[in-house]
Amino acid sequence: MKEIILIKNGELALKGLNRCTFEDIMIKNIKRRLKDLGKVEIRKAQSAIYIEPKEENFDFEEALERVSLIFGIAAFSRACVCEKNMEDILSKSVEYLADTLKNAKTFKVEAKRSDKKFPLKSPEICRELGGVLLSHFHHLKVDVHNPDVTVNVEIRDFSAYVRAEQIQGAGGLPVGTAGTASILISGGIDSPVAAWTMAKRGLRLNAIHFASPPYTSARAELKVKTLLSKVARYSGSINLAIVPFTDIQDEIANNCPEEYFTLIMRRMMMRIAQKIARDSGSLALITGESLGQVASQTLPALVTTDIVTNMPVLRPLIGMDKEEIITISRKIDAFETSILPYEDCCTVFTPKHPKTRPTVELCEKAEEGLDIDRLVEEAIANTEYTFID
Amino acid sequence: MERLIYLDNSATTKPCEKSIECMTACLKNAWGNPSSLHRLGLEAEILLNNARETIAKYIKATPDEIIFTGSGTEANNTAIMTVASKKWGNRVITTEIEHPSVLETVKRLEELGFEVIKLKTDSEGVISLEELKNALNAKTVLVSIMLVNNEIGSVQPIKEASRLVKELSPKAVFHCDAVQGFGKMPINVKDLGVDLLTASGHKVFAPKGIGFLYCKKSVALKPFVTGGGQERGLRSGTESVPLISAFEGAVSSLPDINTALENMKDLNEYARKCFSESGFIKVNSPEDGLPYILNISVTGYRSETLLHFLERKNIFVSSGSACAKGEQSYVLKALGLTQKESDSALRISFSHHNTKEDIDALIDALKEATQNLRRSN
Repeated sequence: MKEIILIKNGELALKGLNRCTFEDIMIKNIKRRLKDLGKVEIRKAQSAIYIEPKEENFDFEEALERVSLIFGIAAFSRACVCEKNMEDILSKSVEYLADTLKNAKTFKVEAKRSDKKFPLKSPEICRELGGVLLSHFHHLKVDVHNPDVTVNVEIRDFSAYVRAEQIQGAGGLPVGTAGTASILISGGIDSPVAAWTMAKRGLRLNAIHFASPPYTSARAELKVKTLLSKVARYSGSINLAIVPFTDIQDEIANNCPEEYFTLIMRRMMMRIAQKIARDSGSLALITGESLGQVASQTLPALVTTDIVTNMPVLRPLIGMDKEEIITISRKIDAFETSILPYEDCCTVFTPKHPKTRPTVELCEKAEEGLDIDRLVEEAIANTEYTFID
Repeated sequence: MERLIYLDNSATTKPCEKSIECMTACLKNAWGNPSSLHRLGLEAEILLNNARETIAKYIKATPDEIIFTGSGTEANNTAIMTVASKKWGNRVITTEIEHPSVLETVKRLEELGFEVIKLKTDSEGVISLEELKNALNAKTVLVSIMLVNNEIGSVQPIKEASRLVKELSPKAVFHCDAVQGFGKMPINVKDLGVDLLTASGHKVFAPKGIGFLYCKKSVALKPFVTGGGQERGLRSGTESVPLISAFEGAVSSLPDINTALENMKDLNEYARKCFSESGFIKVNSPEDGLPYILNISVTGYRSETLLHFLERKNIFVSSGSACAKGEQSYVLKALGLTQKESDSALRISFSHHNTKEDIDALIDALKEATQNLRRSN
């Protein structure tokens, strides 16, 4: 029996004349994500996309799992392909739905006839298929209001499709339809969630990580890569820039007042990130900041870090509580990695009493002793790039 | 890149040529199941028997007293959990500075209703025999004391302790976790008077995944892993002949233990002298501990940062404490170290391959570290 994956677009349907572009990007994303599973044929018709395996040993379960992570998909289902005649629809339905219906008590049938040339009308299809299913599965009862299983028949241009249940998709917009932005990723809980949230709105991701060996270890870097690979399951591949930051931290520690350490560090990070982002084609920066979470994330602190960049800084978590962030972190399977202990032994650079109400002027004065341009240039020159799939 | 200086031999050792050779030969030529009746089985069984004999001899035991396990941790678990079925008593005695594989396992016994007494250790990391004496009673089913502590190298008076146990709690089983002492100091199980003793292969130049529990013939243990009845029925599961063979290869190519120990004393003394002359390195290990382990503090610098700094110089050590925030090593705490001293502790652990040049390089690198790294708050 031939089986396909049937995909319902989400918000895409609202995109008017741009719909085609959005759909094409999504299809490209789907193709890329399913590439190593074998040959598939992907067709679009009437705000639906059909994925048809063209190989014997196609791993259908794995394909469904991957499709469930692709942004832009509102819902999807596996469906059985039938010829466009009632005889074939009835016999295949009985066989295809057997396992599902054996475990259900009640069901109903819904039919949709996009091809109006089909001789039966939708209610007639429902009645006929319902009757046949009842005669094969004696324990079943019809319940049109709250059924355990809704059997769906669609009569489309080429074929008819029968499916049992629809699965909710990842939602959002196809990655790549909104352009590219760079996430500043530390290895904590917040930044992977921020990255995921923005990828969901169609952004392609680059990533920037600041490393401070020997205060941070190779394991901390590996942790960042692991976290990005979790995000990449949704967003597709990510370019990662690893920026050496130890020298800058040392210079800050030696030349600036202690209560400003973190703020000046953030300002330096933003300056470097902006340049790297621009060079890699990003139009914005993304951070995992949440208002008031720590001293460097108070509104006055954000003002002082924002002012050094003229790129928009997207902060999708700004209004979220830690618990809400953790919920998403768990959902995208990043939490267990995020809480691994070897984050940064960077605490040597954390001021005992950080400034919570800084002003731009005071920050500028505090960093007077730094050769900012040189430090930024050196860091960028020594940045290493890798690719996360 | 500088030459590799490995000073983390208590974490694991580099497998020696002989053990790799034995393992490969076994994988290629004697891959049969030693329980099989045919010739291939017999060939594997012969290797297994030879290995058992070599290793038994090494600790003055008989071959049937060696039960191979998957690790030292498993051997410790086996030793401790099997007494759980003893109905006539309920007291278990151990020390506060045991390895987690002992401490976590006695915690399980505690949950099962046993009364667990953890002996305190003094500023040298050694238990008091007087305290042990007071803890022993007729209801004591198990005493488990380690031979050499893994963090600081202190050596416990096992012989004296076992004598006390035999005298005051004759029915109790005496177990000794000798993972850090095996292959580094002479071990004679009869002389030590232990009933059970744990050792591990990868601390003595064999691969990971192999250890043993010495189990005195007269001690009746209940199986911890049940099944096909291998290892006298105490540890079922097809024997890992390649690893056991590698273990034998490693043990048979260990240097003469007394000569090596003398050399190590010299090296240790040299290191202590250099540390003390440096003026910024404090030695935490006791004077009369096993010379293979030296715990030091470079106060003001975090262990983990120092470790990663040394790593860049191709020098490998352990941090003396977990970097986990606010969590102090329970061993260093027992020794009386402050949180600050623990935070900057490093464990240097030698093998017979190390030289004075290694120590010179370590001290140079640590000096450089203190000049370059920022002190922690």
